[in-house]
Amino acid sequence: MKDKKRRLSLIVALFFLLSLLFSFAESAEQDIPKKFFVPPPPFTPGIFPCSQCHQGMPVNRKPRKLEQMHQEIQLKHMPGGWCFDCHNPDNRDKLRLANGQLISFEESYYLCAQCHGVVFREWKAGLHGKRTGMWNGEKQYLLCVHCHWPHEPRFKPIQPLPPPMRPSDIK
Amino acid sequence: MNRIKGNRAERKIDRRTFIKGAALGLAAAALPLNKSDASFWEAFFQKHFREMNDEEIKKVLQRLEKEAEQKYKKAVKIGNEKAMPGVLFGYGLDLSRCIGCRRCVYACVEENNQSKDPQIHWITVLRFKKGEKWVDLEESEKYYNPSLVPEKDYFYMPVQCQQCENPPCVRSCPTQATWKEPDGIVVIDYNWCIGCRYCMAACPYGARRFNWSAPNRKPEEINPKTHYLGNRPRYKGVVEKCTFCIQRTRNGRYPACVEACPVGARKFGNLLDPNSEIRYAIENKRVFRLKEDLNTSPKFYYFFAYGV
Amino acid sequence: MFYLIKNFFIALRQVFIGNKKYYLWVGFLLFLILLGVSAYIDQAGRGLIITGMRDQVSWGFYISNFTFLVGVAAAAVLLVIPAYIYNFKPIKEIVLFGELLAITAISMCLLFVMIDMGQPVRGWHILPVIGAMNFPASLLAWDVVVLNGYLAINLFISFYVLYRLSIGKEYKMSVVGPLIILSIPWAVSIHTVTAFLYNGLSARPFWNASILAPRFLASAFCSGPAIMIILFQIIRKKSEVEIEDRAIFKIAELIAYAMGLNLFLLGAEVFKEFYSGSIHTYPIKYLYFGLHGKTALVPWIWTATILNITAFFLFLFPKTRENFTTLNMACIFVIIGVYIEKGLGLVVPGFVPDTLGEIYEYTPTTPEVLITIGVWAFGALIYTLLLKFAVPVYTGKLRFETKT
Repeated sequence: MKDKKRRLSLIVALFFLLSLLFSFAESAEQDIPKKFFVPPPPFTPGIFPCSQCHQGMPVNRKPRKLEQMHQEIQLKHMPGGWCFDCHNPDNRDKLRLANGQLISFEESYYLCAQCHGVVFREWKAGLHGKRTGMWNGEKQYLLCVHCHWPHEPRFKPIQPLPPPMRPSDIK
Repeated sequence: MNRIKGNRAERKIDRRTFIKGAALGLAAAALPLNKSDASFWEAFFQKHFREMNDEEIKKVLQRLEKEAEQKYKKAVKIGNEKAMPGVLFGYGLDLSRCIGCRRCVYACVEENNQSKDPQIHWITVLRFKKGEKWVDLEESEKYYNPSLVPEKDYFYMPVQCQQCENPPCVRSCPTQATWKEPDGIVVIDYNWCIGCRYCMAACPYGARRFNWSAPNRKPEEINPKTHYLGNRPRYKGVVEKCTFCIQRTRNGRYPACVEACPVGARKFGNLLDPNSEIRYAIENKRVFRLKEDLNTSPKFYYFFAYGV
Repeated sequence: MFYLIKNFFIALRQVFIGNKKYYLWVGFLLFLILLGVSAYIDQAGRGLIITGMRDQVSWGFYISNFTFLVGVAAAAVLLVIPAYIYNFKPIKEIVLFGELLAITAISMCLLFVMIDMGQPVRGWHILPVIGAMNFPASLLAWDVVVLNGYLAINLFISFYVLYRLSIGKEYKMSVVGPLIILSIPWAVSIHTVTAFLYNGLSARPFWNASILAPRFLASAFCSGPAIMIILFQIIRKKSEVEIEDRAIFKIAELIAYAMGLNLFLLGAEVFKEFYSGSIHTYPIKYLYFGLHGKTALVPWIWTATILNITAFFLFLFPKTRENFTTLNMACIFVIIGVYIEKGLGLVVPGFVPDTLGEIYEYTPTTPEVLITIGVWAFGALIYTLLLKFAVPVYTGKLRFETKT
């Protein structure tokens, strides 16, 4: 009888403690940067998940010229850069931050933010890059890689739309 | 004389309204009713937009929707969303990013039902040679047409209605057909404009466009979501201009040009909201406004987000 | 009432009395008006696209003519000043013809504004009370007020005087006097307001010069009286109205002073623009020298400048002023010179380069010119018909019937 009571109080105490823990966890979560509303990353069709090819392939960590696959990638980003600065050798479906933390391709902005801190701050504020959606509500962001191909991030020139008609041609 | 202040939900019949009614009635009786189409006379005697009450506006919108449907053989919705309280729209344009691709120009045309023939654009993109003087705009080139942009030696500056807080066009209009709304958008009542074009002479930004002939657009190109003060079908002989896409922005959406810009150079939001993108730009970047010396106080801010 | 109707027909009959030359003249004017009307019908149907105006140069030939004619209307009445203030009798007697010219010119002005409007049917929107006249903010609203007021004053004065004369009575100075005094500042005001219409626009540096209103008045005092000198000569040749040479020479002398002032003010403007050499010099550079190879107005403005300077000297020296050949030459020079200077030479450079720096070379199209000629022909017709009635009344040949 006594045991039962003690067990009950123990359960209550445990429950209380747990709920306390959860509430902390919740408030801690608010400090983590919010998820941004982005469209899926612009993968070349069929290329993702990377593991479909890389699964079981031996990992060659040595920087070299790629000859069998991905030859089109001429890395023009960080001088002296190499695949595994960003890609994760052990799980190709993830990206890897410098501190070793793995992130998904949907959150690649954290990876870019490691070097481009100011741009990241302005991207979060809505200044860098395009926003669509609601000016007073939910905004759709774009990933950095939607406009900047990560292997050659410089914005590519595009064809302008036609100039306006000259007034003398408007009849 | 009689300053028009704004819609009154319930208008008391004061002396002036009475005189007005009587005068219009007399005129209606005097003019020969040779046109069997009653809507011609309804259009002719349509009151100033801000003098109509909600009931009258509803009737007008119905008539205009009917006319548009007859003309374009598709349903066109003409809205009348009012300004949201506590909102003053502002626009930012990042000159360090703009590549002069004119995507905004044509997105605007698609959204706002401008005439395709004769061509009417509300946005003009100017090109300047780097290192040469440019702020007076005299050295600008608006007909540039290279195969690719941006070009190495040039930079670009789009210009559209600057939605001045102190708009010279509004002051000059002899009939009060154009005015500044509470959310800061300068609008035109296309049914009140007499087409004198004094506002075009008064505008320092070349923002106003005239319908030199009847506007032409294929029915399938008509954007059916419209606003009375914005992108509804216009007429021959009236002036039109950018309204910050009033039909979109009053429903919380971004203007079409903002969403079309491939480099995200265009920013839009509420100037009264300290967390808005436009406020971030104004407070953190080097901002300037076009022809600041004229004291028009535009709500269109040019800025440089980075120093290239 | 019976007499009113009868007298109306008496007046109307006058219009049909005339020799072959008169009918030819009226027929010619009607033909030109018809051309203008047919071109206007086309414009009303297709829109102002048939003109040379575009968004870059949004006012053109119509508004140029309007501006010139406001000056003519103002100056026609300013002859009143010497006539009444200094009691110079030879001019006092012909003031009536000046007032009729003012009526004609204002009517033409209103027509030019109407044909320039994109939606003329909505004209009533500009009226006070029934419309939504933007008074006092809009200078165009001011212009509507002063022009119509001026028209009303001149209509009243001239028709009151003619009516009194036609029933064989002297007009009462107590009625006309105050109105004539009122019409002097009013004449100044119509041209000042028209100048302010341009002057007030900070967007257009070429117009945004405080010297504009004085220049307008000075040039108006040249072109208006020059037109009248020619009209007076025609009137006295074609009718029994006696107009003394003295009156004509006095007016010519006035033109000399006005032209001197006009050239001085122009010089002041040219100095300021070119010496300071700010970016606001582009329009005047375009006007006088062309810009980026665009030189459409250059020959015109130099023609005007040379004509004005030549005319100034012709008016200045009594010898050429009092010789009818050189006098008429000078008058024609001044009319053409001011017409260019204050017409296209004023309106177009306001738009070139436009506010975004574009240069669009405006030239009026054929329909635009035809419509303009039509309005001028209409003005000539109005003045002819007014004279047809006024001259016989003035000479005492026409008298209305009254009960007594």
